[in-house]
Amino acid sequence: MERWLPPALLLAGLALWEVAARAGWISALFFPPPSAITLTLLRMLGSVDFWAGLGSTLMRLTAGVLIGGGAGLLLGWLMGVSRPLRVALAPLVAALHPLPKLALFPIVLVILGIGESSKVALVALTAFFPMLLNTLAGVQQIDPTHWEVAANYGATGGKLLRRVVLPGSLPMTLTGLRLAVNGALVVTIAIEMLSARQGLGATIWLAWQTLRTEDLYATLVVIGGLGLASNQLLESATRLLLPWKGKP
Amino acid sequence: MHLSVFHITKAFISPRGTISALADVTFTAFQGEFVALVGPSGCGKSTLLRLVAGLLAPDSGQIDFTGWPQPPKRRLVFQDHALFPWMTVADNVAFGLEMDGIDRTDRRQRAIAQLESMGLAGFADHYPHELSGGMKQRAAIARAFVTQPDILLMDEPLRALDAQTRLVIQEELLSLWERRRPLVLYVTHDIEEALLLADRVLVMSGRPGQVRAEVTPPLGRPRDLTGRAHPEIEESKWQIWKLLEEDVRRQIQPQRVTS
Ligand SMILES: Nc1ncnc2c1ncn2[C@@H]1O[C@H](COP(=O)(O)OP(=O)(O)OP(=O)(O)O)[C@@H](O)[C@H]1O
Ligand SMILES: [Mg+2]
Repeated sequence: MERWLPPALLLAGLALWEVAARAGWISALFFPPPSAITLTLLRMLGSVDFWAGLGSTLMRLTAGVLIGGGAGLLLGWLMGVSRPLRVALAPLVAALHPLPKLALFPIVLVILGIGESSKVALVALTAFFPMLLNTLAGVQQIDPTHWEVAANYGATGGKLLRRVVLPGSLPMTLTGLRLAVNGALVVTIAIEMLSARQGLGATIWLAWQTLRTEDLYATLVVIGGLGLASNQLLESATRLLLPWKGKP
Repeated sequence: MHLSVFHITKAFISPRGTISALADVTFTAFQGEFVALVGPSGCGKSTLLRLVAGLLAPDSGQIDFTGWPQPPKRRLVFQDHALFPWMTVADNVAFGLEMDGIDRTDRRQRAIAQLESMGLAGFADHYPHELSGGMKQRAAIARAFVTQPDILLMDEPLRALDAQTRLVIQEELLSLWERRRPLVLYVTHDIEEALLLADRVLVMSGRPGQVRAEVTPPLGRPRDLTGRAHPEIEESKWQIWKLLEEDVRRQIQPQRVTS
């Protein structure tokens, strides 16, 4: 019963929208009927341009998450195990984290120039902070007794990192990764709207300027699907990587 | 070869006040000896084990290890099993061996053998959350034993077991110990357990802890724990209880933290 509720509600909403748009209760220009959006979507899926755009978006997203998330992960571990590093960097992180990353785009443009690298850099910056903060919190919430066990059994350096710090913080790291991917997707689309010729964000911007609203909505559906897919993927990864989380 | 603990004091300082955990603890324990520590809750028994393990430093006094090729390997069985939830039971047991640099197949073999002797053979590839409290405690004992330490420190390792299982594991523990005879410091709340297992029982006073007396159970070795009753320890039991009684009564009355 509960499983059928969300799709049923969705269908009912779409039906209402369809009727309202066709009957002229709402503007079909700004709110085109779902059937028209579906047709546009199907047409898009058959075009080469669409796939090239999707490819660009995914490239920027993946590169940004790998670079920024990777750096956040590494620094999170290091700050977690090193008190001096934590004391030194914590205020800086606290100050930079809440800055809207998009507002930094002009500065990044000045530094890296107009091109892929400045876009990827901004996505990376977005992925960096949630990954850093969650990994750091993950290391800090490792049970003090587990640190004592590690010390008592002579764990140091790489072995300590690999067998205790990494797995101990992994649940929080995966939460961080999920937030990083979601944030990075938002910023990727936004940057593409601002400055890209190719990509889902660019498609949205073009559709809006030429008032092809069906294209706009169809692209939004694709972005929603992307978000859903990435979350599903991370959820399976979490189940696979945390077999000990079977019971609280 | 012996361990000497010499006029040790330890206090914990926090913004909420200073807790003096140990005041002037002195004792000696020899290689091959099984020494039990009993004392009222909060008298600093766990703290004492951490100090001997080197996880904490004393405020004053000295801990010397004489005669071992320095420093002796000390392994602690923690009061709450402290198994890593992210490792299988076998990996947990092999953890110390892994840190000692022993290769994968060898350490797994040794861990499995140790688990078998603790009655956990079928659980090697399970995760700790799939084990009962008593099984986790046994796995934690196995993790310490398998590293073949010079000094084995155990903090109420059998607390989570029912009386019957406890007796069987106590006997198992003794036979494990007899094989290599490491120096054992064994903390327990159970006076009878202390007498049944140990060569000497050190009786501690209430906080701040001190070694108040030493009691030697009138039992030889090897000991048969499950085969027969041991009425000969009744006298020692009574003696220890009388030493502890006053502190225990004081303990359950309202306390103040000195600052
Ligand atoms: N890390 C710590 N920080 C502050 N106080 C501590 C710390 N560890 C222990 N203490 C205090 O030191 C005293 C002795 O603690 P300890 O754990 O050694 O007692 P114990 O004899 O093992 O008690 P129990 O039998 O209940 O396990 C207690 O009063 C406790 O509050
Ligand atoms: Mg204790």
